[in-house]
Amino acid sequence: MNVVDVNELTKKFGKFVALDRINLCIKEGEIYGFIGPNGAGKSTTIRVLLGMLRPTSGEAKIFGKDVWKNAVDIHKQIAYVPGDANLWPNLTGGEVIDIFLKMRGSGSQSKRNELIERFKLDPSKKCKEYSKGNRQKIALISAFASDAQMFILDEPTSGLDPLMERIFQECVLEAKEQGKSVLLSSHILSEVEKLCEKISIIREGKIIETGTLTQMRHLTRTNLTVQTKKPIESLALKGVFNLVKQNNDLTFQVDSEEIDGVIRYISDYGILKLESVPPTLEDLFMRHYEGVDGNSTGGESQ
Amino acid sequence: MNGRHFKGTTQVTKIIFRAQRIKICAWILGIVLVTLAVAYSYPNVYQDDVSKKGFAITMQNPAMVAMLGPGYDEADYFVTVGTQFAHEMLLFTIIAVAVMSILLVGSSTRTDEETGRIEVVRSLPVGRLSYLAASLIVVAIANFLITLFCSIGLYLLNIDGITLQSALLYGGILGVGGLFFGIITALFAQVSPTSRGTTGLSFGVLVVAYLVRAFGDVTSETIAFASPLGWLVRTDVFINNNWWPILLTTLFSVIISFFAFYLNSIRDIDAGFLPSMKGKTHASKFLMTVFGLAFRLQKVKMLSWGVGIFALSASFGAVLGDLETYFSEMEFLQLFFNEQSKVSMTDNFISLLMAIMSLIVAIPVTMTILKLKSEETHNRTENFFSRVISRNHVLSSYTLLAVLESIYLQFLLAIGLWVASSVSLQVAMKSSFIYLPALWLMISLSVMLYGAVPKIMNLIWIYVAFCFIVIYLSEMLNFPLWLRNVSAFESIPNLPAAGMSWSAIIVEFILTIAFSLIGFVSYNRRDLKG
Repeated sequence: MNVVDVNELTKKFGKFVALDRINLCIKEGEIYGFIGPNGAGKSTTIRVLLGMLRPTSGEAKIFGKDVWKNAVDIHKQIAYVPGDANLWPNLTGGEVIDIFLKMRGSGSQSKRNELIERFKLDPSKKCKEYSKGNRQKIALISAFASDAQMFILDEPTSGLDPLMERIFQECVLEAKEQGKSVLLSSHILSEVEKLCEKISIIREGKIIETGTLTQMRHLTRTNLTVQTKKPIESLALKGVFNLVKQNNDLTFQVDSEEIDGVIRYISDYGILKLESVPPTLEDLFMRHYEGVDGNSTGGESQ
Repeated sequence: MNGRHFKGTTQVTKIIFRAQRIKICAWILGIVLVTLAVAYSYPNVYQDDVSKKGFAITMQNPAMVAMLGPGYDEADYFVTVGTQFAHEMLLFTIIAVAVMSILLVGSSTRTDEETGRIEVVRSLPVGRLSYLAASLIVVAIANFLITLFCSIGLYLLNIDGITLQSALLYGGILGVGGLFFGIITALFAQVSPTSRGTTGLSFGVLVVAYLVRAFGDVTSETIAFASPLGWLVRTDVFINNNWWPILLTTLFSVIISFFAFYLNSIRDIDAGFLPSMKGKTHASKFLMTVFGLAFRLQKVKMLSWGVGIFALSASFGAVLGDLETYFSEMEFLQLFFNEQSKVSMTDNFISLLMAIMSLIVAIPVTMTILKLKSEETHNRTENFFSRVISRNHVLSSYTLLAVLESIYLQFLLAIGLWVASSVSLQVAMKSSFIYLPALWLMISLSVMLYGAVPKIMNLIWIYVAFCFIVIYLSEMLNFPLWLRNVSAFESIPNLPAAGMSWSAIIVEFILTIAFSLIGFVSYNRRDLKG
């Protein structure tokens, strides 16, 4: 069963189209990455999922229930971590965690104390005295101390130091082991790459790419570095990009479906060295950030 | 302190002025317009000698002196209407200007520091003291403009007895008084580590200054001199035109501002001089409810308003006894005022007092609903709505808190009057609680605005200001009955002076329920900011 089901969801603010016919589908036990540039509509999507914004058209369901009509009901099974934890300045961290757990209606004291320990938080300080990272810990602790079935995390590690980021990743993986689902919106692509099985990329309110990392890699180019006995004069082949000649090395990118032909062509020159690096998520992402049209063909080599 | 510390003050002044320009314009416009409108209508109010004498005697009774200041010798009220105008308007206008200055300085010092704006500005090549200096320059300009417009306006109205010099003095009192409280706020901005503490302490000083002056004006002048408001109501403006209170207040302002600059120069950013302590690691059962949390967030505000309301009401209660003796000695006045001879002056005064005090209570009660809007703009309501809390739950918790707060404050109002005077507890309670429907109407209006159109929610303050104008000046400004009745407080029966009547109360109840319903329904339908 799908935990989250978003179908042709559109949200307009006046004339501005914030979300344009978005589709999302998260399965049980899945960690789903949601990436896109600033202002692309990630947080708006999440706000709709939380029942705080009313969809203009289309539907969004969590656990098979409408997110706007059954918000309160759905939230019994949801833990949300905002990218910027806005807390009450005059309450202590410990008090806020307790309030959050009570308002969810579930969660255990022992888990709470264990997480406070793990994230190294001093719960006796007032919220206004915490740094951004420490405020973020409070939101994370109250989310992971609950026994929610679904985690909605909106850039949850902003401000965390690398040690704490690792503990966060452990917590997410533990949740997955327990069969829980996670929607992770993030800018830290290494984190998404490490944790997420499936990814959607959103830009200007539209989802422009969805799939597993492997599928997406297939859609893009592999980085190749070769050295040959005979120098390669030209490599004007279909699907070859960004050709760079350095000493004897030739570095370029190849569309995945053209690799076979390219290798056959090169092998005639006598291969001395061949290195292949799969595209990182960052490569994938950069293409979308920069708005490069992924369907273009031809060897515009440099 | 040397010049380097003030580098960049001009640019920072421009930034602050730009950020606050709408507020500044609204305040100046409101204060100047009300001042001039009242001054303009005064010559037509008390025209013959009998009514002037009546006015003089009313205004010199101890309760009025406590409320509005010592006023003038009886003969002075015949010299020029300026005296009547000044006695009725001056003190409360100073207070309005002081409130403006406290809010302006509060938000351009500690609030800007809390939100990190000062940090950004201080990282630029500007001096350490430039932000505080700029904030004081802005408040000084605002006060100067009030002085300027009021003085010139009063002079141009061409009222008999208002000379250029006396008009300048009147405007000057307002500006100097406002600036003084702005500088007090600048001082507290150094001492208190929070913006709420800063404005809270400054309002506290204003209330204490008012009470000390009231007590001193009724009992002994020496005590009145302990309060800057006590100085400012002693200029004899339009008669002798004494300028020394202006000089004295200015002198103190300069001294206090030096002190504020000194403290600003020796403290760390974001720090105060009051220590912050370790807190609890667990929340209490009560705090874990939405209502409990809403209460906790407003506890300090509710307590301080409670103290203020009680103190004001007890002070007025204390002069009530004197009032009765005063009036029983004045046969002339009995004839003049008591058209319905059954109603005593005391009862009339209680009615007036309760109406004004209840309207004051409307301020914190409205603030309680406004707090929810501020929670939303600070993205803190998402903490509720991403959890198992419904919108109705949140809004009803805040509404309930405001309703209970109104009962609590009206109760303290009644108790204050009762302990300090010979008024029976029953009369005190009745005359105070009769205003609850008006307060609840105010709450439901705020709920409706918040639920339906939160963007314009601050307009509720214009309505509150309108109610004040109706209660205080509608006779003067010749408001028609329908316009007066737009104020929720006007149609409430004036107990104990007038008899009980249910019709207005029932209408207000129905409106309250209607407004609340609209508020709740729209709140459930609209998008939430955060």
